[in-house]
Amino acid sequence: MDISTKTTAPPAPTDPPTPSLDKRGARGATRPGDRIFLGLSRGSGILLLVIMAAIAAFLTYRASMVLSKNDGNFLTTFEWNANATPPVFGIAVLAFGTIVSSVVAMAIAVPVAVGIALFITHYAPKKLGGTIAYVVDLLAAVPSIVYGLWGALFLVPHLTGFYSWLDDYFGWTGIFEWQGGAPRTLLAVGILLAIMILPIITNVSREVFRQAPLMHQEAALALGATRWEVIRMSVIPFGRSGVISASMLGLGRALGETMAVATVLSPSFEINASLLDPGGGTFAQNIAAKFSEATEQGRDALIASGLVLFIITLVVNGAARAIIARRKEYSGANA
Amino acid sequence: MSNATITPPAPGTNSLSAARLPRWSPYAIAVGAVAIGCAIGLGAGLGSQIQWGLIAAVLFVLGTYGIAAAVEGKRQAKDRVATSVVWVAFILAVIPLVSLIWETVSRGVKVLDVFFLTHSMGVVTDYEPGGGIYHAIIGTLEQVGLATLISVPIGLLTAIYLVEYGRGKLAKAVTFFVDVMTGIPSIVAGLFILSFWILILGFSYSGFAGSMALSILMIPVVVRSTEEMLKLVPNELREASLALGVPKWRTILKVVLPTSIGGITTGVMLAIARIAGETAPVLLLVWGNPLINTDPFQGPQSSLPLYIYQQYQNSGGSPAAYDRAWAAALVLIAFIMILNLVARGIARWKAPKTGR
Amino acid sequence: MAKRIDVSGLTAYYGSHKAIEDISMTVEPRSVTAFIGPSGCGKSTFLRTLNRMHEVTPGGRVEGKVLLDDEDLYGTHVDPVAVRRTVGMVFQRPNPFPTMSIFDNVAAGLRLNGSYKKSELGDVVEKSLKGANLWNEVKDRLNKPGSGLSGGQQQRLCIARAIAVEPQVLLMDEPCSALDPISTLAIEDLIGELKERFTIVIVTHNMQQAARVSDRTAFFNLSAVGQPGKLVEIDETERIFSNPSVQATEDYISGRFG
Repeated sequence: MDISTKTTAPPAPTDPPTPSLDKRGARGATRPGDRIFLGLSRGSGILLLVIMAAIAAFLTYRASMVLSKNDGNFLTTFEWNANATPPVFGIAVLAFGTIVSSVVAMAIAVPVAVGIALFITHYAPKKLGGTIAYVVDLLAAVPSIVYGLWGALFLVPHLTGFYSWLDDYFGWTGIFEWQGGAPRTLLAVGILLAIMILPIITNVSREVFRQAPLMHQEAALALGATRWEVIRMSVIPFGRSGVISASMLGLGRALGETMAVATVLSPSFEINASLLDPGGGTFAQNIAAKFSEATEQGRDALIASGLVLFIITLVVNGAARAIIARRKEYSGANA
Repeated sequence: MSNATITPPAPGTNSLSAARLPRWSPYAIAVGAVAIGCAIGLGAGLGSQIQWGLIAAVLFVLGTYGIAAAVEGKRQAKDRVATSVVWVAFILAVIPLVSLIWETVSRGVKVLDVFFLTHSMGVVTDYEPGGGIYHAIIGTLEQVGLATLISVPIGLLTAIYLVEYGRGKLAKAVTFFVDVMTGIPSIVAGLFILSFWILILGFSYSGFAGSMALSILMIPVVVRSTEEMLKLVPNELREASLALGVPKWRTILKVVLPTSIGGITTGVMLAIARIAGETAPVLLLVWGNPLINTDPFQGPQSSLPLYIYQQYQNSGGSPAAYDRAWAAALVLIAFIMILNLVARGIARWKAPKTGR
Repeated sequence: MAKRIDVSGLTAYYGSHKAIEDISMTVEPRSVTAFIGPSGCGKSTFLRTLNRMHEVTPGGRVEGKVLLDDEDLYGTHVDPVAVRRTVGMVFQRPNPFPTMSIFDNVAAGLRLNGSYKKSELGDVVEKSLKGANLWNEVKDRLNKPGSGLSGGQQQRLCIARAIAVEPQVLLMDEPCSALDPISTLAIEDLIGELKERFTIVIVTHNMQQAARVSDRTAFFNLSAVGQPGKLVEIDETERIFSNPSVQATEDYISGRFG
């Protein structure tokens, strides 16, 4: 394309009616209509890159204005007094809460999602599987604020029994110790996030499992494998990287979820080993909660924490995409 | 539980026959597990039905393994456990989802009527009953409409660039960053517009500011789905048109886009459905307003998701506000589900006849 | 080791579509029986009913009897998993497990039943690879992935994997159709050796191959597209190819239709 453009560019204006073989390749760039259209579409692509760069640049700029004034340590301070002069704020508690709630969510959601995906592709009768897949698709569309409302007004009240049961039998681990407060803690958030990221992990895993080559499954069957052994020998090895990247996409969602956490969690600026007692907030929840009372300086501090969240989700999503891309090459080379 | 009916095991090592559990045994074990789960729950006085369910689920899996291992052997038992675990996973997931829909519908219909849909919160405080979501509906429609107007042209053109022209480093970078953009948390998009539009350029809160943040979330979705649809258009069609001497840009406009218009519409509608429920950027940029403000470029507005959040958050637990929140949630879900269903309907109706 | 197969009145369906109808035949132990016939005549479907692989296909079901030395494969207490261990299968396209090494591929079936010592496993793998005439080519790279072998080697690896679990019967579904002539020859030689130990049934669309490798040949046909396939006749291979008793067989073999 490039070469033909160069070779035909000089004569093109002089002899437009002469049909030549090079013309077809060059057409994309020589006619005014084509040039405008290409310019517009390439411009949109470039605009996207500019937006991404601008997000990073503006967040960094606003963050830098307040970070220099911060009287606490941004990474280790356990409080958020960003409106004060001088401001004292740190993300330690937010990072803790964000990571813990996401890990809890993943621990619950990934096995269940893999189970549902296998159910749809390998266990349910074909029609039922299709219906379930459709329902899961629709559930992915339920807005997070509705999950949040349900979580706060239905899930939380129904969790007290579960909390006291966990405390009775597993309280000795320290992780499940409960002082008896309202169950608006990281465990509740983790459970709610798990429900919310279930659809996306299920959908991506289902796609990979569905693509597992039939011939390898038949090979396992013909060796006298049970259905579970077939899945273990020829479906899971094939789908492993797909499930990992699906989980990371889910993790990206969980890390950045705002409203569902903001409605359910009662935040606290301390760190607690127990998931059942107050301790920790999340980046996104903290921004939503502190925003309305924040001064301009306070907003900059929130922007600084948002920048950290942005970087974390970039890394997680980038890793997920890289795994998917590598898998594509791998399966392409194999086919 | 079902031991009485199990066929006597008599498998010779070289025989094809093996003792097998009867077909109905999983159901029998499930019923037994639920019964025992309830019995333990009642007996031990456990308050939460969630626990009853968990106990029943654990009993079901263990019981399946024990009985199958005793009768059919270890491998078959493992297979049955895998089957029952998969079933349990499925049911575990269905319970909260059904509950979510049920709660929203049953609590939402309480105050949902024509009055609710046609009045604002202008003369009602958040603690009192009455009022409605008219202002929020207007806000949502305007913000989502503006976001669509911004996103669709940019998204379409980017997708066209990637599919029809894109080669080389620029296209690769765009593809990568579209993927990355899909993963941006909505609150970060909100913070970006906040820092750029409000803090630096000095504009005030408005529906339009929210629309810009929503477009950042919408563009990558539009690009992705449009790209997929354009790739489905067979190359023969493009070549046929080019061979007739039609310029490339007219080929794209007159041949490629019309062929895939059904799929593109579906993608755009699904993208609208996705951003219509976004709360975080609206919270940061549109601020919220109990009054009707029809001008998205001037002054704070409300929106359905923001309304739900503020009714929940700012009302100090007043039941009237919770009722309104549920009713608004029901309206929002209904709106999004209708968009989804219509989008899928279009996809099915306009499915490319040339597609493979 | 090898067992006789007696099929009587076997009909197989895909959902409501009848794929093969009322087939009865006997397959002799320690011999090679070839199935030939035009495309869509149900010979592969029939083959897959012999180890209950047919019912794995959505909607697949079977009526009739398949006796393996007097034991009905479709009896009420029969475990399809046990059937597939007893009746092994080799597929049209070589399908070694891509994530496993050559060694693990051959050992895959054995490992399902657990309880093998490492040295025992090694012995069986070596014996099976020798049985498949592949040992000398791969003995130095048993830990390399099976997908790195050539097509013909992969197919012999699949045969080694199938015979490692010591089945009574070996079913082969067009095992050479994806291979070049030299690999095909290697497999055909191998079939000649394997029939000393196993009952072999092979589906082929290559009539020369049927004539070369089989002792008996069954000809399948269908009256029209969409109609179920039927067994036309089964006889000594020599007789089928020189003097068949049904006109349709002669027409097919001499290339007058199909």
